[in-house]
Amino acid sequence: MKKLSLVMIGLYVGLFAGFAQSKADSSKYKNHKLSFEEANIVSSYYSQDGNNSAVTGGIGTEKLTDLSNSFELKLYKYDKRYRKNSFNFELGIDHYTSASSDMIDLKANSSASYNDTRIYPSINWTRENEKKGTTIGTGLSYSHEFDYVSYGGNINFAAKTKNRSGEFSAKFQTFFDQVSLVQPLEIRTLIPTTSGREGRSKYPTSPRNTFDLAMSYSQIINQHFQIMLLGDIIAQNGYLGLPFHRVYLTTGKVVQENLPNTRVKIPLGIRANYFLGDNLILRGYYRFYTDDWGITAHTASLETPIKINSFFSVSPFYRYYTQTATKYFAPYQQTVPTAQYYTSNYDLSNFNSNFYGAGIRLTPPKGVFGIQHFEMLEIRYGHYSKSYGMQSDIISMNLKFK
Amino acid sequence: MNKAKTLKQIGTVVVAAAISSSCTSVKEYQKNKLNDGEMVLANRKIEKTETSFQTYREGASGANGGKSGGGCGCN
Repeated sequence: MKKLSLVMIGLYVGLFAGFAQSKADSSKYKNHKLSFEEANIVSSYYSQDGNNSAVTGGIGTEKLTDLSNSFELKLYKYDKRYRKNSFNFELGIDHYTSASSDMIDLKANSSASYNDTRIYPSINWTRENEKKGTTIGTGLSYSHEFDYVSYGGNINFAAKTKNRSGEFSAKFQTFFDQVSLVQPLEIRTLIPTTSGREGRSKYPTSPRNTFDLAMSYSQIINQHFQIMLLGDIIAQNGYLGLPFHRVYLTTGKVVQENLPNTRVKIPLGIRANYFLGDNLILRGYYRFYTDDWGITAHTASLETPIKINSFFSVSPFYRYYTQTATKYFAPYQQTVPTAQYYTSNYDLSNFNSNFYGAGIRLTPPKGVFGIQHFEMLEIRYGHYSKSYGMQSDIISMNLKFK
Repeated sequence: MNKAKTLKQIGTVVVAAAISSSCTSVKEYQKNKLNDGEMVLANRKIEKTETSFQTYREGASGANGGKSGGGCGCN
């Protein structure tokens, strides 16, 4: 943890130092050299608690904390045909502690002592033809944590309408993941091998693949109002449960969670943003979701940024979410032994949730704290609660340099 | 389920209102409000971790411009 904190401090200091030495780019017009566009640092601290952990079969602590940091760098360059090439590099580092993961071995101490670090770099490229109003792009991503590795790729395309007031976009993403089969200790059949210099346990793995076709259409309605329609088709196959989730049958016997090895999800959404007068923005979002595991969900949110002056705004927000349970869900000791698929994961149960909070956004004309390239500082807090008792809090910060 | 029905109705009204509104042609110099950083038709960067935890803690995901896979969210 100490090491991780030092790395974070180093990266912050490095970025500040880098910007302090760089010169302002006053002539962005058709720059054929690779140039700096912007950099973002996003940090969040998330903390949750509840008493329905899937690791202990739908009962037991859900206590978890997650410190998340991501660093994003955007560069751009115009080619000989005056098309804008953008390069986006991102590195994310999360450090989390989880009390429920401690319970993979029921004899372990139940404090939130289990911890791990997730590292997830990504790189994306887009080429925008401003004359034609089209954009193409592609990207790669990677994510690694102790019991999970993911390789991702995407291609995307976007085209504006003739009058430039509408834009259609499509993105195809794939993720090829490997789940380490870490079973609850008392029913463990897959024995890990010891490998590596540190002698860490190496577990057998199973694949999980995700294919997502995401499409959207945005339309400017007038000078104050714009909307976007969104729709995805997501297909997954492979090991879609988690090997260390316990299910207690009506007989009292404990077994491993067992879920189908395919899943198709269809979410449809709409965003609508309206600038009301000179000081108030209404940001609305609604999503309908259905899948072949039996979950139907609705999400609605409204955020209302209030511009106190030209460089300071306050944004209260509220989000409501409701879902039906998957047909495979049953609480602790309510799964019948004849069931083919079963889970006691309350994230797949019938519940509704409320998420509310507020953010502030600072964009002074001479830069935040008078630092010219420090263009924006945003801080946001939210409280989340589910109808069955789980609660969490999250605080996030975004620093933008330009 | 009443809340879900109300949400459905709100969604329908918003879509209908948007479609029935006559779209006017907006010139580049008239887009100062549309180009405001808080008018962007996407989740903002600061919402990144929020979107992640909601994806892990809820059964539904997608149609928000975010990730639909990759990374475990195992705990």
